[in-house]
Amino acid sequence: MNAAWLPLTTLLTSLLAAAVIFTLPENARQLRTSANLLAAVGKIILVGLMAVRVSAGHEDTFSFQIVGSVDFVLRADALGVMFAGLSSLLWLCTTVYAIGYLEGSANRKRFFGFFSLCVASTLGIALAGNLFTFLIFYEMLTLSTYPLVVHAGTQKALDAGRIYLRYTLSAGVVLLLGAVLLYALTGEHTFSSEEGLGNYLAHHRGLLLLIFALLVGGLAVKAAMVPLHGWLPRAMVAPAPVSALLHAVAVVKAGAFGILRVIYDLYGIELSVELGVTTALAVMASITIIYGSLRALAQQELKPRLAFSTISQVSYVVLGVSLFGPFGTIGALAHLLHQGLMKVTLFFCAGNYAEELGIHRIDEMDGAGRRMPLTSLAFTIGALGMIGLPPLAGFITKWYLGVGAVQAQMYWVVAVLVASSSLNAMYFLPILHRLWFRTGPAHGQGQWPKEQRLGRLETHGWLLWPMVFTALASLGAGLLAGLPFSPLDWASRVASGEYLP
Amino acid sequence: MIWRFGLSDSTFEPLISAHWALGVALAAPLLLGLMGAVLPPKRAWPVALGYLPVLVSGVALLCTFEQSGLMRWQWELAGVGVSLRLNGLGVLLLLTTQWIGFAAALYTPGLLRLGETEPLSRWLWPLMGGLLSALSLIWLATDLLTLYVALELMGLAAVGMLILSGKPAALLAGMRYLLLALVGSLAYLLGVALVLGQWGRLDLQGLAEMVEPGPVAWISAALMGAGLALKAALFPLHGWLSPVHGSAWTPVSALHAALVIKASLFLLLQLWSILLTDSFYAPHIIALLGALAIVWGGVLAWRTDSLKTLVASSTVAQLGYLMVVFPLLLSPDISPLSRALAWDGFWLQLIGHAFAKAAMFMAAGNLMLATGEATLKGLAGTSRRMPLSLLVLGIAAVTLMGLPPSAGFTAKWLLLDAMVKSQQWWAIAALLIGSLLTAAYVFRLFRYSFYESAPRHHYQPLAPGMDLIALTLALAAFALGLLAHFPLTLLHEGGA
Repeated sequence: MNAAWLPLTTLLTSLLAAAVIFTLPENARQLRTSANLLAAVGKIILVGLMAVRVSAGHEDTFSFQIVGSVDFVLRADALGVMFAGLSSLLWLCTTVYAIGYLEGSANRKRFFGFFSLCVASTLGIALAGNLFTFLIFYEMLTLSTYPLVVHAGTQKALDAGRIYLRYTLSAGVVLLLGAVLLYALTGEHTFSSEEGLGNYLAHHRGLLLLIFALLVGGLAVKAAMVPLHGWLPRAMVAPAPVSALLHAVAVVKAGAFGILRVIYDLYGIELSVELGVTTALAVMASITIIYGSLRALAQQELKPRLAFSTISQVSYVVLGVSLFGPFGTIGALAHLLHQGLMKVTLFFCAGNYAEELGIHRIDEMDGAGRRMPLTSLAFTIGALGMIGLPPLAGFITKWYLGVGAVQAQMYWVVAVLVASSSLNAMYFLPILHRLWFRTGPAHGQGQWPKEQRLGRLETHGWLLWPMVFTALASLGAGLLAGLPFSPLDWASRVASGEYLP
Repeated sequence: MIWRFGLSDSTFEPLISAHWALGVALAAPLLLGLMGAVLPPKRAWPVALGYLPVLVSGVALLCTFEQSGLMRWQWELAGVGVSLRLNGLGVLLLLTTQWIGFAAALYTPGLLRLGETEPLSRWLWPLMGGLLSALSLIWLATDLLTLYVALELMGLAAVGMLILSGKPAALLAGMRYLLLALVGSLAYLLGVALVLGQWGRLDLQGLAEMVEPGPVAWISAALMGAGLALKAALFPLHGWLSPVHGSAWTPVSALHAALVIKASLFLLLQLWSILLTDSFYAPHIIALLGALAIVWGGVLAWRTDSLKTLVASSTVAQLGYLMVVFPLLLSPDISPLSRALAWDGFWLQLIGHAFAKAAMFMAAGNLMLATGEATLKGLAGTSRRMPLSLLVLGIAAVTLMGLPPSAGFTAKWLLLDAMVKSQQWWAIAALLIGSLLTAAYVFRLFRYSFYESAPRHHYQPLAPGMDLIALTLALAAFALGLLAHFPLTLLHEGGA
């Protein structure tokens, strides 16, 4: 039985939320908040329903013809539901966080409206059943993120927005060209078709390579792969919830997810290996991982350090994909979720430090663990997870990636993993040291840059609880990885669908 | 190509109801306009009520067409033959005209109430009505003389509307436009005379059967083409366009950019597909000019400081997209599949642009009316104060940029597909560069709107509905993109 309404309704929850928010007046704060939270919770329930249906073997599909051979297709498959789950869970967390973060500031209607649109786009990306539909939501994401990046309206924010658009819109054009070339070659080709593009290999090898380069090149901009990453550190001027969303689920992940779709569902993994593109991709990803870590090491401010860390971490996903084998795939897919949870925690923490204590630079963080214990604990969980310490979520990913590399006999990838983990440790451990072991304003030495007492606890409750939740989730994703419906379990389910007939 | 324009025999005679619907569609706008001059409506609802028959006639024609396919009418009036046909394309363009005309008419009372009252403003109504009637006639007529009359009527009504605002700049620009329009008409008339002298008839269907390639066909095609290109503001004959819009009233600009220049382009394509059956060079020259138009219009829009010039220059660039498609439609060496795709893409782009550009002019007009500024810098802070107008501008701009889920995107997809299939690589490059240039000037505009350092606090409130009308038009362009299947099926039923 096909429940076509399910993917459509799930998409519409965020779209309707955006429409409602845009129609409400600016000062209808309570109404806006309730509409937003209601939609977010509703969406989680719907995505949960989809997950149940997918695990029962259904693939709910909604489609209609746009023109000629081009259809609009939303399909809830295992991979899509995985991304949709991440996106809807983090939408709720970031919305709660953003409500606290933007308390009393201007233009909140615009912010939350586009925030909902942004999340609707990620959901569309997750459920898109063919390249055309994917493209629709991919570009919608670009457009809906722009007002969020320039939200502050300062010269710096506007410049960042301009650079963001320059990168992403050019990438969109490249992607569009690739997509049109592919359609002209093969006609309609859904993500669900079994055979891949293997039939075209004999006569169109060059064209297939060109299309692959165009598609992945276009997607790599959003995935912030070196040398196409220039927009990401600049986009850090956006408010903390936006950065969190951008880095954890929306823009960066949309690029990585697109690459997953192209390799697994469009070309097929065998064909990609045959064409030799996976090796090239593995090299690019490795360069990005090392480069991102090195640049992160050089940053003196917290948010830019996290931004470069994202550049490095997202490429683990791409690296895992390009290791031909089930373990690499599981690692990649699980990392898509794990990195989202951990990164969102880290950005929430960075936002809390900035809001409560005015901390932006790393050398201002001395002794903050005493003043803000929960935030610092969450930060520690996130940071250790990024380094890959057991039993945290990041460890599982790196373990699977390592095993996958050995199985694929790409031993240099193991070296990359080791190098990157040490670099991660080198830029995260000093922060942890400052947080917990140095004495600072909390011990009576000097004072915080700009201290505010936002709440009864260490900071405002709306800022605190989402962070605690995501920190616990990243802890749980590692500890309880063996349970059904854990990220690892779901990733294995997707991977087994990919590798077992 | 001929059958696509419905220049073939019909299977069924039109029913009585079809006669009535046709009569209403052609005459009612003019009559209503005259009524508007006598009793100028002060609110939107009388306009909506009065306009209802026009909308009903459009829907009725659509239904009759769905039932009986292509329809033809022929009369002899004082020794001159008048022939009309209703094909899928005609229905589609007629509906577009009626609905955009409806939006413009609804928008007008609010504008006239808020703006400075001009003694001549009541004459806007008959001119608008005449314009809509003339446009409807252009979509339907199939003989050169009727087309000439309709073209003249449209041109004169357009000039009249443009100079109504009474400003010296408007008068100057309007007079220049009038002069150019007359030159264009003259060139067109010369072409018609040549055709009449050579083949002795003016109805398009008969001509399509008789015309043979040769110097006469080429020269008359060139003459008519030049005249129509001037009227359609095709690059490099676009110089008159921006000044004309600079001082015109908002609904006038909207109608002009959305429909008037498209009518000349429509005619150009129709006549050339009859006269230049196997010409390789003419469509390629147009396409080359189109590629230049995309770049030049984009650069103009990018450099300007005036909001209206930006919107008007973007029209030049968007017409460039349509010009680039000419070889795919007219050149003899194109495969049928590519041609079919290009045909769909061409009209989708044209109609999508019509809706989006009308919406954009209205949104820009709203912003200018509310802020009292005509420059981009004057937009500072509007993202906070006038979010809805700006949102409409944004939605319309999405169509212009050709980003999903708009008609511009679906059209671009179709065109790119056609170009890939027929290996027109430079046309692809032009289209893609055009998208980036459009994004550049659109976001330059938005950049100003996001500045938070806005000193002014006084804004003129708008009449209710002015934003909503523009929003509806902009959303229609979105809907056309997602539901392109329905209008395009209509297009395929064109000939048979």
